[in-house]
Amino acid sequence: MTITEKILAKAAGKKDADPGDNIWVSADILMTHDVCGPGTIGVFKREFGGSAKVWDREKVVIIPDHYIYTSDEMCHRNVDTLRKFVKEQGIKYFYDPGTPTYSGVCHVTLPEKGHCRPGEVLFGTDSHTCTHGSLGEFATGIGNTDAGFVMGTGKLLIKVPATIKFVIDGELPKGVSAKDIILRIIGDIGVDGATYCAMEFAGSTIESLSVEERMTICNMAIEAGGKNGIIAPDDKTIAYVKSKTKKPFECFYSDKDAKYLSVKKYDATKLVPVVAMPFSPDKVKTAAEMKDYKIDRVYIGSCTGGKIEDFKMAASILAGKKVKVKTFIVPATVEVEKALATEKIGGKTIFKIFEDAGCETPAPPSCAACLGGPVDTFGRCNNDEICVSTTNRNFPGRMGSKGSKTILASALTAAASAIKGKITDPKDV
Amino acid sequence: MSHHNIIKGKIFVVGDNIDTDQIIPAQYLNLVPTNPDEYKKLGSYALCGLPDSYKTRFVKDGEFKTEYPIIIGANNFGCGSSREHAPVSLGAAGTKAVIANSFARIFFRNCIATGEVFPVEATSDILTKELKTGDEVEINLEKNELTVVKTGKTHKLKDIGDVREVVEAGGIFNYARKKGMIK
Repeated sequence: MTITEKILAKAAGKKDADPGDNIWVSADILMTHDVCGPGTIGVFKREFGGSAKVWDREKVVIIPDHYIYTSDEMCHRNVDTLRKFVKEQGIKYFYDPGTPTYSGVCHVTLPEKGHCRPGEVLFGTDSHTCTHGSLGEFATGIGNTDAGFVMGTGKLLIKVPATIKFVIDGELPKGVSAKDIILRIIGDIGVDGATYCAMEFAGSTIESLSVEERMTICNMAIEAGGKNGIIAPDDKTIAYVKSKTKKPFECFYSDKDAKYLSVKKYDATKLVPVVAMPFSPDKVKTAAEMKDYKIDRVYIGSCTGGKIEDFKMAASILAGKKVKVKTFIVPATVEVEKALATEKIGGKTIFKIFEDAGCETPAPPSCAACLGGPVDTFGRCNNDEICVSTTNRNFPGRMGSKGSKTILASALTAAASAIKGKITDPKDV
Repeated sequence: MSHHNIIKGKIFVVGDNIDTDQIIPAQYLNLVPTNPDEYKKLGSYALCGLPDSYKTRFVKDGEFKTEYPIIIGANNFGCGSSREHAPVSLGAAGTKAVIANSFARIFFRNCIATGEVFPVEATSDILTKELKTGDEVEINLEKNELTVVKTGKTHKLKDIGDVREVVEAGGIFNYARKKGMIK
């Protein structure tokens, strides 16, 4: 069996789980946020009654992160709905905006706060919940109705996905990072290349990546239609998880004779910095071949590209340079925000490097303009801007107006592009 | 899910990869689908994120309902976010079914779980090629057939498969009740 099949079999209390089986699995964590939480709560109350209690107050994790810094009253009301529910239910883990418990982007908060553990099943009302497979668990995004069901029962009926294995071996060339690996894969298989499938990433390159870089890869499994992305846990995973939580966990690994729908191999030494052009994450070109493409702004942030390592990579390029276009910095979480002020490159903090390079003052942590959001959202493309972004989607209108264009790239490529004001391979700055 | 076996009406034809941002742009996600007034409002924004190359609006300005109960999509309909606002906005606008060559996983699942719209796969890509917005069709979900009213030409649709049991029970909650999982 594959790691995905083993985790799902265990969660269903079964010995085996075969692709195509429809099984009831127990959830270890249900995460929701301000955009889908109020609707989930609405479904939960409608179906289980006004006085119903969640199945486990320590397993429902509520992380408002999408529309936090806006004057939109409806958004504030939605966060208030969450606050009221948390109080009524005695929910243990709630990261409340405007208080010291606020954290920021759910998919960076979940692992930071120890809610991701190998071998577990994590459901979230957000498609990028697939991020957490990077820690050796089954994690997938669900809608409000399914989430309302999990809230009341702790269970969900799911179809066991077939697994596509991606084996990436060799040393990544300078200037190439995890984002380039996953964009290359999506470019090769297409935005529906892994529909309904698990995407398992393995090989010496994956093993050499940090935990955060592995998150970047699994984060974008959904952009190929994947149900989940997953990476077998190793010493790095275990050390990371143990530094965040004292809860016990069990590691699973794919069998040597596990059955895969297909296996795709990559030679990491041949990978180059890439970008995904508008309006689809699979419109992948090398940064070098797009080098004369002029841009209006750069955005560095989100669950995909707003982690501390993303900012370290960006700072390594921006140190001692000036940006030519507006460059927006949005740390994913408060912890990342703090690190901008403490982590140093060449004796200078990352914050100071960005300031000296002429970037906009970093915004407080949230999803911000990754998905456009209310019109007063920091970094939102309100006109017809062309934006190179470390985020995950570049559909029409994704970062704001219908006329705007998003180009997806790594933090290294985004920073290099900011310096030149056009798409730029990091080796050219 | 209310299980209407015959759906008849005008179609709205779209292309590949209609993502959830095009179905319901993120600025409208402040609306909560379980609040009746906001549910209705979500309908007015259904498919308003389509690029301006689509000359016909799915829902006319100032209206809450569409005149097209059936959407004909191509590949990977509903890709992107897990926002249930997407099938909800279509359902609220009066959409009964989406026929597409293929669906993205979470969107398909959300259609089934909510019962808002019936997602059916086409057996070939001929529908988006031969049909245009405004044509009238009749869908028979029992026989898995789509008939073009004007020509009488019939196209086979794929069976909804092993989720039919969930669909026929009326969504995930009713299915679980039927199976004795919940009260």
